[in-house]
Amino acid sequence: MTALIVPPPTADAAATRKAQGRYRFGAPPWLLVLAALAAATAAIPLVYLVVRTGEAGLEELLATLGRPRVLSLTVNTVVLAAAVTLSCLVLGTICAWILTRIRFSFQRTLLLASALPLAVPSYLAAYGWLVWFPSLNGFWASWFVMTAVCAPYVTLPVAAALRGASADLESVARTLGRGPLRAFAAATWPQIRPAAIAGALLVCLYTLSDFGLVAMLRFQTLTWGINAAYGASFDRNQAALLALVLVVLALVVVAGERRSRRQVDRVPGRSTMPARAPGRAGGVYLTMLLVAPLGGVIVPVFGLLSRLLEAETLRAMDVPRLIGAVGTTLALALAAAVVAVLVALPIAALAARYSGRFVVVIEAIGFLGHALPGIVVGLSLVFFALAAVPMFYQTSVVLVFAYVVLFMPRAIGSMRSGIAAVPSSLSDVARTLGLSPVQTWWRVTARLALPGIAIGALLVAISAMKELPATLLLRPTGVSTLATELWSRTALFEFGAAAPYAAALVLVAMVPAALLSGIRGTKKEL
Amino acid sequence: MRIPLSLAALVAGVTVFALAGCAETAEPKQSSSASAEAVADGAFTLYSGRDEALIQPLIDKFEKDSGISVDVRYGKTAELGALLLEEGEATPAQVFLAQDAGALGALANAGLFATLPKETTTAVPAGFTSTDDAWVGVTGRARVIAYDSKALTATEVPSSVDAFTDASWAGKFGIAPSNASFQAFVTAYRVLNGEAAADDWVSAIAANDPVIFDNNRGVLAGVNDGVIEAGLINHYYWFAQAAETGEANMRAQLYYPEAGDAGSIVNVTGAGLLAGAAGDADALEFINYLVGKDAQQYFVDETYEYPLIAGIEAPAGLPALDSLVNSKLDLADLDTLADTQDLLAKHGLI
Repeated sequence: MTALIVPPPTADAAATRKAQGRYRFGAPPWLLVLAALAAATAAIPLVYLVVRTGEAGLEELLATLGRPRVLSLTVNTVVLAAAVTLSCLVLGTICAWILTRIRFSFQRTLLLASALPLAVPSYLAAYGWLVWFPSLNGFWASWFVMTAVCAPYVTLPVAAALRGASADLESVARTLGRGPLRAFAAATWPQIRPAAIAGALLVCLYTLSDFGLVAMLRFQTLTWGINAAYGASFDRNQAALLALVLVVLALVVVAGERRSRRQVDRVPGRSTMPARAPGRAGGVYLTMLLVAPLGGVIVPVFGLLSRLLEAETLRAMDVPRLIGAVGTTLALALAAAVVAVLVALPIAALAARYSGRFVVVIEAIGFLGHALPGIVVGLSLVFFALAAVPMFYQTSVVLVFAYVVLFMPRAIGSMRSGIAAVPSSLSDVARTLGLSPVQTWWRVTARLALPGIAIGALLVAISAMKELPATLLLRPTGVSTLATELWSRTALFEFGAAAPYAAALVLVAMVPAALLSGIRGTKKEL
Repeated sequence: MRIPLSLAALVAGVTVFALAGCAETAEPKQSSSASAEAVADGAFTLYSGRDEALIQPLIDKFEKDSGISVDVRYGKTAELGALLLEEGEATPAQVFLAQDAGALGALANAGLFATLPKETTTAVPAGFTSTDDAWVGVTGRARVIAYDSKALTATEVPSSVDAFTDASWAGKFGIAPSNASFQAFVTAYRVLNGEAAADDWVSAIAANDPVIFDNNRGVLAGVNDGVIEAGLINHYYWFAQAAETGEANMRAQLYYPEAGDAGSIVNVTGAGLLAGAAGDADALEFINYLVGKDAQQYFVDETYEYPLIAGIEAPAGLPALDSLVNSKLDLADLDTLADTQDLLAKHGLI
């Protein structure tokens, strides 16, 4: 039987409270220290921003914040983030429901298709759409393309949660006369809500931090303002100020997610709802499922291909260079995934089992890096590396570290859910049987939580492959990834030369995306 | 999909080892370039805000001719400028090649440039280079009006930027106000026509529903795709696009505003020697190479930009350089730039 990957079991609510009661700060000190160290790495951009803002002085601060344009940028950012989060939540949940409850003959293909938008960078998706509709711009265009690109962040975890959710209560609700929608809302939604909200949080933070897509679709958000501050006035202080506004928004969102992540009582019963045939509504279901892949992958990719065919100067492809870029991208992504998992593990373990003020703060800091645009994180790490570890400056170590700071939140969420789903009763049993704490962790908790950890690692890997601004700033001189090669060619209209790199990037990123769609839930039993 | 824990651990271990290996091999190189300082050791590091496809052949030529090896870091001028400001004295770079003078001015203002020798800076006429020998201009790019040839004939295109304040242009023209070259143009407007006229112009433009783009390339794409009927860009982008898609396929065409109009100023690209490389003969040789005949002719042939030294002919079809206004301007004057930005911010454009 496949088991839950997300909702934490009730049996442990009591155990958790008891465990908390034992500790002064709500958690064992060694874990707090480890997690605090991990969160400290994510706090580097924050420290940098505070330093730069401090240099600006109060007068400049107020003058900048008072500009009517800053207000309009903030409003744009908030509205876009809220709209995209809501639509991803709705679309993702519906698609997840269709994927798990309706039986199509080509199930695996559909699951893969739902995960595909992960492989396409947002700037590439926007560019591909502009090829077909050059006048596409503004709020609605940004909302649509961003939703298509971000939907998998909700679809995949919710599908996994649905697969393991108990259907008994829903069946009972139906027999008692509730319609299908109300029964779902009352019985199943509370079980999958943590997964959906966690996915929605990632979508929201990503929308806050994105620049490439809104720049191409000409919708001016705070990231636009930050870019303008760096690019035109070289006023790092002003840019830092705007970035701090983003941080405040992110904190609000993270706090909101935390509040809504109430512990869910474990639902009795283990039966899962059988999947039924599509029937007459099959076409409608398929259309819903294909919205995200079409909008996020098919249309942009075909747009790119058509530009390639238009290009008069199809340059001879430098194959060794392409292969080199592929290798570098893969190596960096793999390293980023591994290090991110290691760094995020203490935070995830802490947040899964314990609560309290310190835990909340540590977790919130861990999520901050995700809300900042890549250029801010890149510059903050330049500042930090030169101050603390100059011998590592402009080596791949700092670059991988930047990826960790940027994408750690993606690992934290799924790892936390994976660990929380492992009942602590199992580790208690292992201890009574004579295993040491470390052995218990290794052989029981980590093994059962492995799918959650794997999902976190894959999400970090995909994001690291697509990342551009921080990579440009921090890469070792002379080293390039697929994203930087793509950028350096499109900057000069060289679509012919850029297309192979764009294709390679999407193909390479599709591999972890495909793996992601194939991961099933945790096994509850060893 | 089941993943054995031991396999995951093995992968993790191997990766961390590989990473440590990368760091180690990179280390000796890093420390050597940091301690190279002002010694002519046959190598130097260049930060280039100009594209790799354009610059790398020139650098290869330089390496072959001079025997000096060059380590190049490519990026956007704005981001490399921010990077250099952040790195400060700890920068591994010796030379910065920038796509616009604003970045050079920002770095000069922060004291990050070494003074260039007179022989280097006097190769370029005043008005196209720094006023304090902090950096030297390399090529020139004219501000132009790109117009949609399907919507307008050459005679219908306005001859001056003042025309865009007219209501008939509402929603049909594009600008990139956060772009450095646009801000340099507005600075020119202020200097040539006075503060009051500039304020009127900016407020009229802002009220006339301009289509805002992030950069010049976006403006040109807008004209080429018929989104807008005209836009203000640098001439060089049109030629770059035409080289890729074919001149015959270019829907956008260029119009050079009449000489004397603020819309006709020339922006410059330039290079500067970073403070820590003050005595580095290799770096200086490269900068001299950039303002030498070979490199200037290369830029003329490859990018259709204006050469700035005497004796090299401008690309065919471009108006003569001295007919365009620049003598009253210091392109890198940051105080004026800050005032321009305040003006644009006042009217909500940035």
